Amino acid sequence: MNKIMSDKMIIALYTLPALMLILVLIYVPIVLTGYYGLMDWDGIGQMTFIGLENYRVLMTDSMFWRSAYHSLLLAVFSVLSLIIYLAVSVVLSANIRGADIFRKVYLIPMLLSSVAIAQLWMRIYHPSNGVMNRFLMSIGIDNPPLWLSDTNIVLFAIFVPILWQYAGFYIIIYYAALKNIPKELVEAAKIDGATPLQIAYKIKLPLISGIIKVTIVLAVIGSLKYFDLIYVMTDGGPSGASEVMASYMYKLAFRTNDFGYGSAIGFFLLVLILLVTYFIRKLTASKDDNVQY
Amino acid sequence: MSQQNSIVGAEKGIRKKITHGFLYILLIIIAAVQILPLVWLFLFSLKDNQEVFNLPPLALPQDPKWGNYVTVWTEGNIGVYFLNSVIVTGSAVLLTVLLASFVTFAITRMNWKLNKLVLGLFMVGLMIPVHSTLIPLFNFYLNIGLMNHPLSIILTYTAFNLPLTIMILLGFYYTIPRELEEAAIMDGCSVHRMFFRIILPVTAPVVATTAIINMIYNWNEFVFVNTFISSDKYKTLTVGIQNFIGQYSADWGAIGSTLVISILPILLAFVVLSNSIVEGITSGSVKG
Repeated sequence: MNKIMSDKMIIALYTLPALMLILVLIYVPIVLTGYYGLMDWDGIGQMTFIGLENYRVLMTDSMFWRSAYHSLLLAVFSVLSLIIYLAVSVVLSANIRGADIFRKVYLIPMLLSSVAIAQLWMRIYHPSNGVMNRFLMSIGIDNPPLWLSDTNIVLFAIFVPILWQYAGFYIIIYYAALKNIPKELVEAAKIDGATPLQIAYKIKLPLISGIIKVTIVLAVIGSLKYFDLIYVMTDGGPSGASEVMASYMYKLAFRTNDFGYGSAIGFFLLVLILLVTYFIRKLTASKDDNVQY
Repeated sequence: MSQQNSIVGAEKGIRKKITHGFLYILLIIIAAVQILPLVWLFLFSLKDNQEVFNLPPLALPQDPKWGNYVTVWTEGNIGVYFLNSVIVTGSAVLLTVLLASFVTFAITRMNWKLNKLVLGLFMVGLMIPVHSTLIPLFNFYLNIGLMNHPLSIILTYTAFNLPLTIMILLGFYYTIPRELEEAAIMDGCSVHRMFFRIILPVTAPVVATTAIINMIYNWNEFVFVNTFISSDKYKTLTVGIQNFIGQYSADWGAIGSTLVISILPILLAFVVLSNSIVEGITSGSVKG
């Protein structure tokens, strides 16, 4: 038994194909991104080693820091919206009739492609024929905002469908965690005279704190690397008002062929995400953490 | 005394009912926010511009223009994109699920020293942002001649979905009793035979869950196709409709029906398999 189940040939045969794929298509590329980041390179011609020059430029590139600020704002909004999702999940998990249908309906936007969602919301925000402005005009607002071309509001206008898309995802996760709480605990608290609000706050939330940490990490990471809707809806515009780190990097690499500098930003993004993950977990770590990371 | 108690009780009951009703209305409003944009999309896919601009947004079209669907399917390349999406999604899902099952089996059931390290490599893969790999991948596919070839996206989807797929499979594999394998090996069964004849059938439910999750991710993927595929004959729906809509940006009915066609397979899958999808999303994130 042990001999057969320790057969090196079979182990290699079963693991190597998948291992090769992630090594060649994930791990080698992140090392190469770090390497290309030290080069002056247009993607076609000769590479020239320039050391940390790209990172020196990055430090003073106001367009980059503006996009980094936008990514950070998205992270803040995403984390704050978790509070709403959590509240909704607490309500949903309290033996509400039709809870299963509700959470599934909430999830639907997350299943759709970003391109479809982006195109749909571009119509919703359409200056004259979109539902948003037609509604505003119907209640007497004559000059409704130009959602996607006003530099002051475009970023927030795009945050709405991003949050809309992922709401159901977090609600599903919280709902599952809340449903896993042993009924006896809640019953015991009820007998002791605890109000529903107290039960939610003092018993349920602490019990799912592990899951809450995971979702905070997911929301922050997901925001810092966010790309899809912004690329399709505004392409970072107008004049950089909705640019985020990933869209800025994409433009540098695949529009202006600045592969060296683009790689430096790609590598920066990688390091940033690994560091942020590490620190959030460290900051929120507690001794009685029973969730395995 | 008892009368007083019952009055207090009744008041409490009414308050509870009011809170309950209020919360219920809140849940319904959220549901409406999540679903109404899609209802609006479906409605304008059946209208002509005249109706889109003049009727109230959620009004039914007087005479549904199903012709919009016929037009975009026959005049654009939507049919080609659709088929490409099916082929790319299908191949990547099969490859991912099979390779992930192999790995999970080797990691959880076979005895070797490096299994934790290999598992760690897959799990760290979950955190790598796509954009940090894009330029080297672009260069790699260019050099090996797979640029603008469907294999480039099939292989990339597989690599990037393996970590999540393995993570979902892992929990299920740990619950398979060892006796199952022991008995099979006593009977002289080879490892391959055991894997294909016993393990795969036993894990079928969780394999189905990972397959549907993979299907959704691959069907909707945008960045890789947008970067690696340039010719119309290989584009999948996401990038295809993006270009198509760019050309027809004035015809709302055409845009609407294109979008509906692109999301319909996922919506249908959801109607049939919502429980697996919910389960896959939960187990795929919670352990992260």
